[in-house]
Amino acid sequence: MRAVLKTGRYLALFLLVCFFLMPVYALLVTALKDPASVSVVRMWELPSTFSLENFRIVWPDLQEGFVNSALLAVPASLISAMLGAANGFVLSKWRFPGADFAFPLILFGMFIPYQAILIPMYRTMQSANLVGGLDGLIIVHVIYGLPITTLIFRSYFTGLSDEVIEAAKVDGAGMLRTFFYVALPIAPPAFAVALIWQFTSAWNDFLFGVLLTSREFWPITVALNNIAGGQTVPFNQAMASALLASLPTLLVYVLLGRFFMRGLMAGALKG
Amino acid sequence: MRRTSSKARRRLRAWGPGLLLVSPSLILLGIFVYGFLGWNVRVSFTSWRGQTPVYDWVGTRNYSELFDNERFQIDVRNLAVFTFVFIGGSLLLGFLMAMLLEKGVRFEAFFRSVFLFPMAISFIATAIIWRWLLNNGSGESTAGLNKLFENIGLGFLFSDWHKTPSSWAIAAIALPAGWALSGYVMALFLAGLRAVPEELKEAARVDGAPERKVFWHVVRPMLLPVLMSAVVILAHISMKTFDLFYAIDQGNLRIDTPALYMWFTTFQPGFFARGATIATLLLFGIAAVIVPYIWWSVRTERRK
Amino acid sequence: MRYSRRGIVALGLAAALFALPACSSSANDDDGGSSGSDTEVEVFSWWAGPGEKEGLDAMIADFAKKNSGIKFNNAAVAGGAGTNAKTVLATRLQAKNPPDSYQVHAGLELASDIEAGYVEDITYLYDQQGWKEKFPKGLIDAITVDGKLYSVPVNIHRSNLLWFNPATLQKAGITAAPKTWDEFLTQAATLKSKNITALSIGPGWTQEHLLENVLLGELGTDKYTGLWNGSTDWKSAEVTAALTKYTKILGFTDLKSAAADWQPALDKVVDGTAAYNVMGDWADGYLKGAKALKFKTGYDVVATPGSEGVYNFLSDSFTLPVGAPHKGAAEKWLVECGSIEGQDAFNPQKGSVPARTDADKSKYTDYLAAALTEWQSPSTKIVGSLAHGVVANNAFKGEIDTALQIFVQDNNVAKFADAVAKAYAANK
Repeated sequence: MRAVLKTGRYLALFLLVCFFLMPVYALLVTALKDPASVSVVRMWELPSTFSLENFRIVWPDLQEGFVNSALLAVPASLISAMLGAANGFVLSKWRFPGADFAFPLILFGMFIPYQAILIPMYRTMQSANLVGGLDGLIIVHVIYGLPITTLIFRSYFTGLSDEVIEAAKVDGAGMLRTFFYVALPIAPPAFAVALIWQFTSAWNDFLFGVLLTSREFWPITVALNNIAGGQTVPFNQAMASALLASLPTLLVYVLLGRFFMRGLMAGALKG
Repeated sequence: MRRTSSKARRRLRAWGPGLLLVSPSLILLGIFVYGFLGWNVRVSFTSWRGQTPVYDWVGTRNYSELFDNERFQIDVRNLAVFTFVFIGGSLLLGFLMAMLLEKGVRFEAFFRSVFLFPMAISFIATAIIWRWLLNNGSGESTAGLNKLFENIGLGFLFSDWHKTPSSWAIAAIALPAGWALSGYVMALFLAGLRAVPEELKEAARVDGAPERKVFWHVVRPMLLPVLMSAVVILAHISMKTFDLFYAIDQGNLRIDTPALYMWFTTFQPGFFARGATIATLLLFGIAAVIVPYIWWSVRTERRK
Repeated sequence: MRYSRRGIVALGLAAALFALPACSSSANDDDGGSSGSDTEVEVFSWWAGPGEKEGLDAMIADFAKKNSGIKFNNAAVAGGAGTNAKTVLATRLQAKNPPDSYQVHAGLELASDIEAGYVEDITYLYDQQGWKEKFPKGLIDAITVDGKLYSVPVNIHRSNLLWFNPATLQKAGITAAPKTWDEFLTQAATLKSKNITALSIGPGWTQEHLLENVLLGELGTDKYTGLWNGSTDWKSAEVTAALTKYTKILGFTDLKSAAADWQPALDKVVDGTAAYNVMGDWADGYLKGAKALKFKTGYDVVATPGSEGVYNFLSDSFTLPVGAPHKGAAEKWLVECGSIEGQDAFNPQKGSVPARTDADKSKYTDYLAAALTEWQSPSTKIVGSLAHGVVANNAFKGEIDTALQIFVQDNNVAKFADAVAKAYAANK
């Protein structure tokens, strides 16, 4: 009986893996076909000849965007995570009167639909002279990332025992010292969750990217859209670009993945 | 007098720095979230149409017109269908995956990564591939999932997906959405399941309870916060989802949603007032789900 | 883990902060140059994808030859028949931060921008370059607003075309493409009995594209034009009859499994699953290029039923925004758009005919040659397309789009006509 259940379990897992990887298979196979044999009807067939031609074609278009997206996503996620850590720490362990009000106020920012605030945001950024380069875009991503990173760290730090904080206070540590020497050292799993989330969000954003930057600073999503969103979509190129554009986020997941689970289990995204 | 002022000063020194550290966030979000939302609400009471901003006052006319608007009614219905199928599906799938992995299997890290990775992919890229998968060609031009069904002998599963002439057509888009987010639900449930202290389960088992009763009475109640957290996140994603619908099949009324309508009606024909009205309503819809949850979770936390 | 966590964090932050100034330095070169040096020109369009950008690239190359000192900043953003580009554009225009030039369909699509004072009156450029004599009168009339001209048309596309595969018609025993929509309906019945879809259809806008040509074929040019300027009553008997015919025609399409895009709809004609498809002449570029078919043998085209001798046109044009950062360069770009060399570089690649009447005919072959002759013939009647922004302003068209989506689902002619009439009145 046990054995049946066990095989059943592995079978179920295998089928699920197929479901999750099937689109990737199609993506990969199409990207590796030579341009002439790409067609939606034959999407499941293996390529008759393996060809990296599609990647070669799209890379020049994606190159600049790649660099821009990296210059955007790395600072944005790092700064965002730091600020979230600070907020999360204060809101859970160094509270002030009204902290329980401040948190929901901050958290609610996570739920606004971005299309709704495009116009006032652009006007605000423009009057602050932050339109055109990547600095404005980074700032916007940091600001709109505050709610989720604050949530992550607050939930995480809630698990930190109060006694440790008290001990630090007794030792004469102020808020900043407690933050840097007590809270941060144990925060890497939460950082992993925050960094993964923010990096992915910044890397995959199209709307703010196309709006706030001038052409030379366009992130990779704009290039991807230009290849895949036009009137006549060359699907071989679209698939190849989609693959290339997804590599960095996949890399971040692979590198930080096990911290991600650890962070989640320590309660980083609960409540 | 001196005693109270030094006490007050000490108290200030206690929480002052904290407030100071958090205040930039509060101020920035005050502008970028609440300020801009306020702008939306303001515009929803104007008659702004066309490229010239107009800040007059027309009362609630935009709202009543919107409720009579047939496309909006269809959108709301679509959103309801999608939310229901998407949340239900993701929860079921995520929970199933968590249960399968919970007791520990070989290659667990591999399975977890496979289930989680779709979250890393942008919705545009997801849409690119799912457009092909959900292709509804037939006969010679069968493609996508339909073709796969044909190839493995499940041809009866053929579907027109999101082009089906039925109000359930939008449920087809729950497929790519669920594909992208079930992994996250799984991670939540897995973390939640593993956080249940083994002693509690052992105690129940020692008392002679069969495994499923252990699950129902011990584990399930402890999963409630996780479930709520998952539902809330999925619900708000469902309402905000735009990229996926946009990139798969924009202009198809059957998968139109308020978020899409807001976008299209604002930037193509220039009905800014109407767009802001939809945005405000969308916001209240999201708030109706989120605010009680936040309230409840902060209160339960305080009680702990 | 002996290394200092604090150190890592500090390092990360430092790196992050380092990156910031590096990103912003170039950005500040761009803004503030209002009367700025005319060393670059930023042009906005939605011709970013393959199949669209070749034409633009060719014209840019010609522009570069003649204006070597000016850097061309091609800010094309693809997507949604321009919705992405239009969103960015609308946001920038409202914030008074316009590009140097932007693409727009010639006709009423520009109306709201003109009203808001976003585009300059460029009648002076027309006078300077003598364009009023070089563009057909019908075109000039269609794009003149209050006696002034605001955009330079680069190309002319034709909307009212019926594409088919000669082999399919032969096999079905049909001798010639239908000359009226009634004839089409008769043929459709025959085709249905042979299990061939009479007319293939694609997403929403293609259904609107079909609608305008049914209305054109049934009502004739004057009443058709009247539909959009208020002189034809939408609730009149003939319009109702035309709309009812439209629903009948839709019944003979594959609407229930509509193709995902216009190309797959054409593919059905190519492989014989469907007999006809109504599409603009950009189909020619697709059939000739991507499908590698020969005109007349592999595919053929006639005017949509009831519109023989009528050119239902749409045109892509460029504007001069008010407050363009590099006005001089922008003007040179517009001159290029309206020049013979520019148009002759652009159009053969794009698969359209030039707006100018004095274009080099030798550059246009097969279908384009026939189209060019018809466009330049004085006996051709010119009307504007609905689906592509000529005869309806954005607001009116937006409401029609919504009403049509509902109409194709519920076939309620009276409700549709009523909705359109109301939309016209509300958005005049």
